[in-house]
Parts: sequence; structure tokens; C-alpha cells
Amino acid sequence: MIEQALTGLWYGFSVAFEPQNLMWCFVGVLVGNMVGVLPGMGPLATISILLPLTFGMKPVGAILMLAGVMYGAQYGGAICSILLNLPCHPPHAVTCLDGFPMTKQGRGGVALAVTVFSSFVGASWGITEMIFLSPILVKVALEFGPAEICSLMLLGLLAGSTLARGSPVKGVCMTVLGLLLGGVGSDLETGQQRFTFGLAELDDGVELIALALGLFGIAEFMTSVNQTGSINTQYAKIRLRDMRPTREDMRRSVGPMIRGTLVGSLCSLIPGTGPTIASFVAYATEKKISKTPEKFGTGMIEGVVCPETSTHSSVQGDFIPTMSLGIPGDAVMALLLGALIIQGIVPGPQLINQHPDIFWGLVASFWIGNILLVLLNVPLIGIWVKMLAIPYKFLYPSAMFFVCIGVYAANNDFFQVGEVVVIGILGYVLLRLGFHPAPILLGFVLGPRFEENFRRAMLISRGDLLTFVERPISAVFVGLCVLLIGVQLYVRLKGGKADVYLPPEKALHPGAEQEAATRQPAPAPLSADATRGATR
Amino acid sequence: MKHSLLYKRDFYAGGLMMLFGLFAAVNGPRYTLGTLMHMGPGFLPTTLGVILILLGIAIAANAATAKEGEDEEGILPEHPQWLAWGCILASPLAFILFGKFGGMIPGTFMCVFVAALGDRDATWRGVTILAAVVTFFGVMLFHYLLKIPMPVLKWGFQ
Repeated sequence: MIEQALTGLWYGFSVAFEPQNLMWCFVGVLVGNMVGVLPGMGPLATISILLPLTFGMKPVGAILMLAGVMYGAQYGGAICSILLNLPCHPPHAVTCLDGFPMTKQGRGGVALAVTVFSSFVGASWGITEMIFLSPILVKVALEFGPAEICSLMLLGLLAGSTLARGSPVKGVCMTVLGLLLGGVGSDLETGQQRFTFGLAELDDGVELIALALGLFGIAEFMTSVNQTGSINTQYAKIRLRDMRPTREDMRRSVGPMIRGTLVGSLCSLIPGTGPTIASFVAYATEKKISKTPEKFGTGMIEGVVCPETSTHSSVQGDFIPTMSLGIPGDAVMALLLGALIIQGIVPGPQLINQHPDIFWGLVASFWIGNILLVLLNVPLIGIWVKMLAIPYKFLYPSAMFFVCIGVYAANNDFFQVGEVVVIGILGYVLLRLGFHPAPILLGFVLGPRFEENFRRAMLISRGDLLTFVERPISAVFVGLCVLLIGVQLYVRLKGGKADVYLPPEKALHPGAEQEAATRQPAPAPLSADATRGATR
Repeated sequence: MKHSLLYKRDFYAGGLMMLFGLFAAVNGPRYTLGTLMHMGPGFLPTTLGVILILLGIAIAANAATAKEGEDEEGILPEHPQWLAWGCILASPLAFILFGKFGGMIPGTFMCVFVAALGDRDATWRGVTILAAVVTFFGVMLFHYLLKIPMPVLKWGFQ
């Protein structure tokens, strides 16, 4: 097994080192790193904008680049948090708590250097996990029948919607809405048109890119417009000389790095708990373990290292279920999966054997990309910080153009541009009503495959719903679903708020940055008993 | 007035979900429902619709019973940006209209122009310059480099 994985990895490097793929990987991480720094532009919007541009590319190059944006953005987000106290990217919000005080003490460079290094450690572990775990998972998953696939998807969808931000019930609502949206268009088996309102353009379903850009582009711009204050960059001047950590810093970072890696990889194994939850759990754990928990929030290097390591470990780990089972853990993964589907590649356990170039090329590109990011991050920090001076009033109109042309390029049709407006309005209304639209994407991408497998399972079992609990593997997944819901209900009935360890909405938004930059770092959103995810 | 049900955000959230669910549940059976063994295309949408209605009721009921002053955020943000929202939503429409009628250059220009008007510090001059710059680079990138099949400049539909 191990030998097989190493041969695969060797092959992957030969794919990833092809000049073209290497170039796309570089472009991906560079763009990702840039948008990671910019507030108001997340990896989701960026990947959806870039998605139509990848249609002309080979699938390997496309997925390498899009994945590069994803993990490149994680490196950028840390810069934002540490130097500017802008918690604009949820996974890095918690890094502000100790990262910015360090910057104020003139140790921002050290914080960044340690972050870059620990990120690399976390990511490396995540990739190693992927190399050795995926083939095992695939071996198991290849035995799955439609019933097992179905209940596994159900578990993925439930976890993705209930463990993410906000109220679990609302999350499930979004997933169901996504499943419904995924059903728009021609029915797979009978070809009947569903919910097309007689519009021929909707026969192929709602366009994935229009959905993603409406929900995470337009709705996001509507939230951020005229809300951003000027960005305080007075602490952001970092010289290379400032970045050398002391021996003491190194010594203090080792423990948190290991713990962060563990938390991150655990979180990536539980479907639905992405990097955001990983980083918050990691911070809470570190605070609990520390001998001086009261010093957290005043510039403790542990408080920077641990969440950052876990974020990266979890980001890379998130690719495991996505690539080996075809079950995405969060919206970004769903989007990447959608990109594969658009390229005509069916995600699922057979991917690793049918398209080894994609799987192993991607894994190998992770190493290359992460090394590139470490090298890039140091000299580019100055440039990225300068880019922050670009006011939002220039940023969002330009982004609107990219949204429009991107959606147009998907089908060379103006209809989808109209679609994006409608979805944008829907997305903004949902945001205002306290929904988080990310699970919509999850449901949307999985929807058609869920329906297909559900029908097949029912056909095989002659319409007996009990088949899902009679088959042992499927029963385990269903059991986990029940457990998941049970725990959520229990937490709720006990009166605990489900998302205690996530910061209030406002703190995550650029709108709050002015406040946050002038005041002391926001009061810690973490309560001591907030390690729900870790203790479970 | 704050305690009135009508001011509760979740009340509307649940209502909206019920509405979506109702739409799916009512329209689903119009496509063949089939049996559990041979499911028709209408089966899953109808089921999902019913689930959505139930979840909507749960959210709304929760809002109705929730204590006062708990996590209350208005439906509209503190400073509604009607103009900016309008501009952002009109921007793709401008892209469609001018893109269809005049090609990529007018489409891009108007798209950026309209969107940029939404900013509170927007000036006619600044907006025009921004739109011109984005148009120049946009056309370079998307027409000459990426070869998106959209005419650069044309006149009239067709």
C-alpha cells in the first residue's frame, strides 16, 4: 500500500513538474496569496471567477491552479490578520487576537515568519495524510453500492451544514435549497424539465459559476459596499531583518505546531469542519493547555502558531474526502469538485485509478505550491500590503466586471449574467436573514449525484427504505447522522449556543475593521468551554 | 414595537423557507412522482419541498418563542445602501444590455461605470477613469489573450 502511494507520488511529481502545470500552479498560488490579503475578496469568489477561464485548459492544469488559489489564500489571510488586524478571512480571524498585539510590539515580522513556517509544517502533514489515507479510503469506498454512497453523502451534507457557521437548522435549510437548485433542469433519467419556467436556457440546470458568483460575489459586494473604513497600515512595514525569530520563539512554537497539526488533521477528517473551526478549536485548546492562559491576547506566539498550523493542516486534509470519495467538506471543495465535473471528470472513488494524473499531480503540486508560497511570501509581503491601499471603490466595480465576463464566458451566453443578478439578490436576502449560503453550493454540487444514487438504491432494494440501515456500512453512516443531529439537539436543549467559539458575524466582516483597528483587538470570542468540537 | 413578531428576523427567515418549500412541494407533483421503487422526476423535489416547509416552520416557531433582545439584528443593516445596491445589481444588467448591443467595450465600460457609481465617494471623473482603465485591460485580457468569443465593438442586436 505504502509502496503504491509512493509510486503514485513519484508519478505525480512528473505530472506537476511539466512546465505548463508548474506555471498554472504558480499562477494559482500567486493569485490566491494576493486575494488572501485583500479584504472582501475570498477564495470562493476568486475560484468562481477563474473557473470559466479554465475551460480551455487541460483538467490537470485547471485543478492545480484552482486548488492553488485555495491554499494560497490561506497564506495571504494570515498577513492580513497579523499586520493589519483585519479578520476578513474567517479561518484567520482568531490569529488577530495574538498576531496584531505582536505587530504592535514590533514583532510582526517574527509572527509572520513563524506563521509561514508553521503553515508549511501543517500543510505538509495534511498532504502526507492525503497521500497515505486516500488510497485506503478509496479501497473501502470502491466496495460501496448506491445505498452506501447515498448515506455517506447524507452524512457529508448534514455535517457540512450543521457544523459550519450559524444555526444548524438554517444550515440544513440551505443544503435542502441547494439540493433543490441542483435539481433544476433536465431530469437525469427521464429528461423531463424541472423548474425551468419554460426557459430553454435552464434546461442544463442553474449554472454553477452563476450560483457561486451570485452568492459569494454579488451578495458579498452588497454587504461590503460603503462599509469599509480606511485601513490602518502604520504597523505594516516589515523588513526582512525583522523576520528572524529568536531561539526562544522557536522553542515556544514547537509544541503549538504539533498540537495545531493534530487539531487540524482531526478537523479535516470530520466532514464539514473546515479550517475555520479548526483554527478556533486550536486556539481554544492552546489557551487551555497554556500555563499562562491570561496572557493570551497580548501577543503570545503560541496563539499565532497553533491556529495557523491547524488551518493549513485542515485545508490540505479537506482535499482527502473531496478527491477520494467525491464528497466535499465545504463550499470551496464543492466548487473544485464542480470544476472537475465541468471538465467531464466524474468525482468519486474511481477518480484515483481513472485519472491518476489529476490525483497525484494535485498532491505533488501541493508540495510545490507550498514551497513556492513560503519563498514568495517573504519578499511579497510589502507588495501585498501596498495593494491594501487600493480602496474598495476601485476594487468592487472591477470585480463586478470579472463576475460578468466570467459568467458570460461559461456558456458565451448573456442569460447566465441575468441569472447571477437574481441569485445575488437571493444571496443577499439570505445573508440578511441570518443564513450562510455556503451549504447551498454543497447541496447543489452533490444534488444530482445524490438523486441518482438514491433512485438506484431504491430500485435495487425494491422500494424498501430500510435498505439504508440493513446494509452495515450504510447503517454506520446513518448512525453517525443520527448522532450528529442528536448531539446538536442536546447542546441546544442544554441551552448552550451551538457556535460559541465562532466570533460574532460582524468581527468577520471588513465593515468592522475600522472599529477593530482603532480599538483593542475585539474581546475574545472564545469561552473556555468552547472546545466542543475538540472534546467530542 | 421591537417585541412584535413582525420585527423578528427569524420569523421572515422561516417564512421564506416555507415559501420556497411550498413552491417545490406544489410544483413537484406536476412532474411524475412515481413509486418508491421507480421514482419519478418529481419525487425528490416534492420530498425536499416538504422538508423545507417543516424546517421553515421550526425556524419561525423558534422566533415566535424566543426571548426578547436575544441576537436581534434588523432585516436591513444599520445604514441601508439602497443606491449602492441598486448600482451593483444594475451593473450586470448594463453589461447585458450594452454587451448585446455594442459588444465588449461598451459592455465592460458601462458595467464598471454603473457599479462604481454606488460608492459614496464616487465622482463622475473618477468613475469614468476607472471604467476606462478596466475596459482597456479587460479587453486586452479577455479578447486578445483569452479569446472570449464576444465581439469587441459592434452595432445593434445580432
